[in-house]
Amino acid sequence: MTLDFEEVHATDISRHFGRRRALSKLSLSLRAGEIVGLLGPNGAGKSTLIGILSTLVSAGSGEVRYGTHTSAAGGALRARIGFLAHELHLYSELSALQNLTFFARLHGLDDPALPHAALLRAGLAGRGDDVVSGFSRGMRQRLALERALLHAPRLVLLDEPFTGLDDQAVRIVDDRIRELAGAGAIVLVATHDLDLADGLVSRVVLVREGRLISDEPAAPGLRARYRSVVGAG
Amino acid sequence: MRKLFLPLTLLAAAMFSYAPFMIDGAPYESTMLLVQKIFYFHAPAGFIMLTSGIVCGVASVLFLWKKRPGADRVALAAGELTVLFGAIVLATGPLWARKAWGVWWNADVRLTMSLVGWLIAVGYLIVRRFGGPGSEKLAAGLAVFGTANVPFIYVSVNIWRTMHPQTTVVPSLVEGMRGPFWFCVLAFYVLYALLMTARIHLERQRALVNDLYLAQEDA
Amino acid sequence: MFGRVVWLVLKKDLAIEARSWELVITTLFFALSAVVVFMFAFVREGQPLEGAASGILWIALAFAGTLALGRTFERERQGETLRGLLLAPASRAAVFTGKLVGIVLLLLAVELLLVPLVVVLFQENDLLGRWPLLLALLVTGAVGFATVGTLFAAMLVRARSRDVLLPILLYPITIPALVAGVNGTQALMATPPAEPLAIMWIAMLVCYDVVFLTLALWVFEPLMTE
Repeated sequence: MTLDFEEVHATDISRHFGRRRALSKLSLSLRAGEIVGLLGPNGAGKSTLIGILSTLVSAGSGEVRYGTHTSAAGGALRARIGFLAHELHLYSELSALQNLTFFARLHGLDDPALPHAALLRAGLAGRGDDVVSGFSRGMRQRLALERALLHAPRLVLLDEPFTGLDDQAVRIVDDRIRELAGAGAIVLVATHDLDLADGLVSRVVLVREGRLISDEPAAPGLRARYRSVVGAG
Repeated sequence: MRKLFLPLTLLAAAMFSYAPFMIDGAPYESTMLLVQKIFYFHAPAGFIMLTSGIVCGVASVLFLWKKRPGADRVALAAGELTVLFGAIVLATGPLWARKAWGVWWNADVRLTMSLVGWLIAVGYLIVRRFGGPGSEKLAAGLAVFGTANVPFIYVSVNIWRTMHPQTTVVPSLVEGMRGPFWFCVLAFYVLYALLMTARIHLERQRALVNDLYLAQEDA
Repeated sequence: MFGRVVWLVLKKDLAIEARSWELVITTLFFALSAVVVFMFAFVREGQPLEGAASGILWIALAFAGTLALGRTFERERQGETLRGLLLAPASRAAVFTGKLVGIVLLLLAVELLLVPLVVVLFQENDLLGRWPLLLALLVTGAVGFATVGTLFAAMLVRARSRDVLLPILLYPITIPALVAGVNGTQALMATPPAEPLAIMWIAMLVCYDVVFLTLALWVFEPLMTE
């Protein structure tokens, strides 16, 4: 059974760790074709929110709906979610191609052309058999991104996808993200880099201390807007 | 819950004050005489340890599957009391054995099982204390495994020790001993109920304080 | 699908190991040095203490296994690849089983080293002649220890103090398996070998393995969700 959905609705999500509130009654809706920027200072709860949306972290209260499904749908739902976290999820002892092939097969995708295509897209053609531990951060970042997108997920969650990338790579990843949204994916990008987000995202969600501060369509002057709402520093 | 404190405390105090008199009135056991009387505290402590271990295991199962925070509080209280009463059993056991049969430890089935069970309970507390965030779940997993392990420990230790020389047989209860024995068992259970009530209440208060902190942030 | 995922995870672990053989080599040599230390402790005037051989075999296995478990999951901690595995649509039980089989294979390799070593150092020449029962004992014992160990090591991946917590939690729970292993091996070393006794211990180990494997497969999913 292939599960699919066009929208994701998070309603009143709360999560705390002991005394520390990570998220407080946060509600958010995401639609196919959107590129939503998730912005906020450190500790705002961005990673926790993304963790909950990916189904890896459970919400203390509140609910997330993927179309008509919830996280109870298990593996079938996970097959439609792509997640790139800060830690990259790569086996540094294996080669780039081995990493891609393993995760492709794990998703049930046996076509041998697929990992090679992903390798090309990551700009690592010719480096397929090199061990990942020898890669620079930027190379690993691009490889990790392609690994997360191998199974053509519907919901794409990216936590700081531009880390370590040079100018040209940033442009390529930027185009990649637009391409995904154009094909109908639901894209959520959490980032600190306001300049990069500016111009890429179609909607901006600001969070601070676990609370939703604002959720509005992207407009020029993102940095000024961010500063005024969130407060400098 | 708080209403139970006073009556339970009074009841436990009364029972434990009376217990020594009952124990004194009980007949001497034929070979061990006075020394055997430690058994009136040693055995009930063993009952409580086993009961508390099972409570901890069941509460942990509820916590893992139903995710009820109340279940976690019960599991924590029961875990601590398993360690406490286990310590009593493990302290009084060798004391008795030394005086009665001249050896501190003789690999008696029950004592060995108590030791292993006690280690698991201590492990439970160590995980909760030093495991970092999210350790309540891990400890619950351990408790589930520990409880499932009880029959296996029993079988393996039982068969293991039949290969060792036996030095003791648990005395069968003579007429006059049954009264004091069951009275002490009851007294211990009352004490257990009191301690559990107090401990769970404390945890609940702690959770309330956390909620207040969180609510204050929301305001 | 289940078997496929198990095979994929296992193959991946073997591929990583095949790069350097670090885990296998260091674990085997640790087991070797442990046995040598025990030998000095338990051999007086050239004669081993009664029953020491079987105890040493299984304790060395337990120690080596604990270290191997810790380091296997340390690998999954870097890059948080365990999360990557959990994100896949694959069943969590299959992922667990894949890691489990890898550990069992490593433990069997350790046993392959330890048994001849113990035979040589403690002159237990008859032991190898009873290899069918010995094999059953070794396999069921390894599976039991590995099952509990893999679960605990996985659940401790994000915990603090995980290096010392693993043995603290693992040893008490695996006592029945170790007792069965030691006594079963002891029974096989006796002359004449107490085969019915050994078979009884093997039966207990099979029960232990079934119960705890079931429990582990059940508990893995709730424990892995944060």
